[in-house]
Amino acid sequence: MDSSSLAVRCQNVIKIYDTGGQKVTALNGVNLDIAMGELMMLVGPSGCGKTTLISVIAGILDQDEGCCEVFGEDLLNMSGQSKLNFRARNIGFVFQAFNLLPALNAAENVSLPLIINGMKRPEAERKAIAVLEQVGLGARVTALPSELSGGQQQRVAIARALVHSPRLIVCDEPTSSLDHETGHNVMTLLKDVALHKDRALVIVTHDARIFSFADRIAKMDDGHIIEVKDEN
Amino acid sequence: MNHIAIKMLMGDRGKYLGIVMGLTFASLIMTQQPAIFLGLMSRSYSFITDVGLPDIWVMDEKVQFVDDIKPLQDTELYRVRGISGVQWAMPMYKGLLKARLADGTFQTCIVVGLDDATLIGGPPVMLEGKLDDLRRSDGVIVDIDGAQDKLGKPSPTPGGKLIPIKVGDSLELNDQRAIVVGIAKVTRTFQSQPVVYTTYSRAKNYAPKERKLLSFVLVKAKPGQDLAVLTRRIRATTGLAAYTSEEFKSLTYEYFMRNTGIPINFGISVLLGFIVGAAIAGQTFYNFTLENLRQFGVLKAMGTSNWTLLRMILLQAVLVGTIGYGLGVGLTALFGYSMRNSILAFKFPWQLLMFSGAGVSLICVFAALVSIIKVIRLEPAIVFKG
Repeated sequence: MDSSSLAVRCQNVIKIYDTGGQKVTALNGVNLDIAMGELMMLVGPSGCGKTTLISVIAGILDQDEGCCEVFGEDLLNMSGQSKLNFRARNIGFVFQAFNLLPALNAAENVSLPLIINGMKRPEAERKAIAVLEQVGLGARVTALPSELSGGQQQRVAIARALVHSPRLIVCDEPTSSLDHETGHNVMTLLKDVALHKDRALVIVTHDARIFSFADRIAKMDDGHIIEVKDEN
Repeated sequence: MNHIAIKMLMGDRGKYLGIVMGLTFASLIMTQQPAIFLGLMSRSYSFITDVGLPDIWVMDEKVQFVDDIKPLQDTELYRVRGISGVQWAMPMYKGLLKARLADGTFQTCIVVGLDDATLIGGPPVMLEGKLDDLRRSDGVIVDIDGAQDKLGKPSPTPGGKLIPIKVGDSLELNDQRAIVVGIAKVTRTFQSQPVVYTTYSRAKNYAPKERKLLSFVLVKAKPGQDLAVLTRRIRATTGLAAYTSEEFKSLTYEYFMRNTGIPINFGISVLLGFIVGAAIAGQTFYNFTLENLRQFGVLKAMGTSNWTLLRMILLQAVLVGTIGYGLGVGLTALFGYSMRNSILAFKFPWQLLMFSGAGVSLICVFAALVSIIKVIRLEPAIVFKG
């Protein structure tokens, strides 16, 4: 694969957790490339290292060994502030538990990445409302998370992940809290709205019902990628 | 991000009110109890405050506080008058005498005898009658609190309210007649006994016969005279103690501080209030941060710096601190205002506002600091944990 078309390149990534004197190897020499415009799913049993791998890819966790380049940048060698700026500009997050701020309404939640990137609040909220309309929540911009259904909350989370036009979106179990139909709708939305040639999506999931949305599926076990399957 | 910090803080109304109430309680108890303490202590020297005119008080060198009367010979007055730098010097009698009331009971009163000619040292505010009325035969002026309460006449109906004594009524002071010619407002004394003003010569008649009856010599310095120099000169010349009004207040205040359990009792109360308030407010604020840790983690993962998070937490702490402090101080002021006509001692100087403000700030800074450490150490990867 041409390196310029790569969103993520992980080479021999090792991550070991020290849990009270006991060492647990979460990633044991992971090699993985993710291309721009690709929807990559990471699957595998609990504890196999999926979440650790997307944490490293998203730049919120440092690996102990190996190299993980995101858009050609080695995050491990970046200063703290550079890494924050890089994350703020380039990474969008979608979480299993949505992680919306309960005190903020939908528009305010979606505007967060823009405000973090230095945009003024009124402008950020205007842009957030536009993205909420794009995900079909134009009528609920002032609703608090507690006033939204699970599917609507996840759509707000997707809008939040998209609003600042990041080049990589990492999703952790985005459908596991949702029923089948809602999960399907969320995945359709992610694929239709979030994915395009200048952006990559990495989705960690256990949910076999959504495997069909992936371009490739990387199967993990015991800290290794044991198989990468092309779904197209 | 300030807007988000405020929304996060106020989003959970219960928690927000809990923190504010904790800080309100802390600042209330940090101001109300010391205000009562200061009010009580200021009563110890209220008599000196009320006698506003003289610059220097001259008394026996063994006197420890204003109520510790060790009488002087009348001749000391003339010795003081002869000292250079003294514009005038007047005698004052102050002593505890028993007044026989209309129902035959006795009430101990503070009797103050003023210079017959000038009446210097009289009550600060006359409510009825004039100070000059003391020149009338057997005339005395009583303070309003004493007149309404301890010197009051019994009600004709059993269990009824006391009838205040008024101008024209009579008392017996040491078996001698005294006619009330005026009612005055004076600052309550520490012992809360009625204060009865009369002339110096009449006071000496009321007092049990003793060789020495002069309690104080009140001195006014000549214009431009250095008071410290004059007090030293009076001491050196007469061998008596001489204090400026402020020095005499301090002497009295310190005596009560050293020799009564009041400072310790109130100190414990204030300290407990501070600890309880700090514990409630600090713990609630810390819990608030802990419960919002995932939200801070989300912000951190999305690229918010520790510095920004620190500012957000400080803003939250300052906000709840200011509101809690304002409410606490407001409640204290309201308490003081509602008690202004009661027997309760209450003094609320600006220094106390500063003290309680510093106390509440300390609580907020401590709570914020503990929370900030937690947030700074927070791994943003927490956001992916279920």
